[in-house]
Amino acid sequence: MLDEPFATGSTLFHKRDPRVKIIGAVAISLVLALSSSFLVAGTGCIVTGAMLALSNPAPRLVLKRIISVNIFTLFMWLTLPLTYGGEEILIFSFLNLSMDGIRVAALITLKTNGILFCFLALLATSTTADLGRGLEKLGMPEKLSFLLLFSYRQLFVIHQEYHRLQRAAKLRGFTPANSLHTYRTYSYLFGMTLVKSWNRAERIHQAMILRGFNGRLIPLNQPQPVKADYLFLVMMLLISLFLAGLSFFPL
Amino acid sequence: MSSEQPLLELRNISYSYPGHNTCLLENINFSINNERIGLIGPNGSGKTTLFQIIMGLLKASEGEVLLEGTAMKTETDFRKLRRKLGFLFQDSDDQLFSPTVLEDVAFGPLNLGANPDKAQKISIRTLEYLGLKGFEERITHKLSGGEKKLVALATILSMQPKLLLLDEPSNNLDPATRERLINILRGLDQAHIIISHDLDFLASTCSQLYTIQDKTLVSCKQKQVHSHEHIHPYGDQPHQHGT
Repeated sequence: MLDEPFATGSTLFHKRDPRVKIIGAVAISLVLALSSSFLVAGTGCIVTGAMLALSNPAPRLVLKRIISVNIFTLFMWLTLPLTYGGEEILIFSFLNLSMDGIRVAALITLKTNGILFCFLALLATSTTADLGRGLEKLGMPEKLSFLLLFSYRQLFVIHQEYHRLQRAAKLRGFTPANSLHTYRTYSYLFGMTLVKSWNRAERIHQAMILRGFNGRLIPLNQPQPVKADYLFLVMMLLISLFLAGLSFFPL
Repeated sequence: MSSEQPLLELRNISYSYPGHNTCLLENINFSINNERIGLIGPNGSGKTTLFQIIMGLLKASEGEVLLEGTAMKTETDFRKLRRKLGFLFQDSDDQLFSPTVLEDVAFGPLNLGANPDKAQKISIRTLEYLGLKGFEERITHKLSGGEKKLVALATILSMQPKLLLLDEPSNNLDPATRERLINILRGLDQAHIIISHDLDFLASTCSQLYTIQDKTLVSCKQKQVHSHEHIHPYGDQPHQHGT
């Protein structure tokens, strides 16, 4: 569940410095998020789609992500055309289909997917640990990046503890059903997960103290951005500028 | 001066859990310089607690911990002590928290003030010494149990401590890894105290044996003569006992 399936690879997206990718992702997704033009959203979707294709991800995994994000946009399609108002193209007895609503829903869908592609191509191709360090180097407060790295690490621990308990329950013949017994068992599981994770976090903290930790994480040698990274950054910013420029064309 | 004082000394250490009236450990006196000591005793007798008191993770109700003759009183004192003493946890999962092996091994040296280059060199050397060459970029939580134990040992050795406290290091190791650990421990220069229930393991890594009896630390005799009854057949014939 908590794998980083996109982070392994050797394409040009995987090789770039996380800092460059973070800046690029912010620049492109910001333009996409703020635009209200179909030209920008559509072109953005195509460009980021191409970027995603270049990062060579497993098609099945991408499809899975696209589906899970578009469950959200599906709700937009179900509600907006009926509630948005404005120019109405179809009028039933009590349901009016609004052209503006359809337009907004389509725009949101394009923007959402464009940003998803952009994040999958740029951010998912780095490990969370690398992103955390990248953010720190970009000037995010040390405490926050520390928090990010450790929440991520603890997530694994909590997930493992939960699975261990779940397995223990399963091995003793527990099958979930709609019964009080099931609810009680699940609440025990959640409670125990919390307690055990807490204890484990405390032991990890002890281990850190024993090794001289005093609140500051000192990173091991991190590669400096090379020429290719700067070139990549310029390209990402150009894409972002190009998309922003498109919004001046009326469509 | 430090050559006359033992590396680590415990004076009249007593400990009771907060809120409990009865003592878990009572009046423990002990000192170690460069010996290799095994510590054996029933579950719940306070062996791990003793280690935690030594490292300053728990505060003794009475008595003091001395490092090279200086009493450790404050957290700052214990910070100094932790540079010289390495504690290997029972559960390696508690000890490894960095994403990659190299980062985890370098964590200690970096905290002790080594620059990243030096920390990396020390870490790689330590990993090589333990036969873990090529493990640098492996993901810590995806290692096998034996590998985790050895990496956890590396994270401690990279801080170049003078004394190792090992809490049940041979637990859950397969015979080959256990043998490997024995050889590593025999080859180290450091003094160590090992908690274990594995008498064979202690016999091959330690020269003295202690146990916790009646809440206090006592030295075991090298050999003990005792009589016993046999409930297995042929007990009156000469035979060997398993440990």
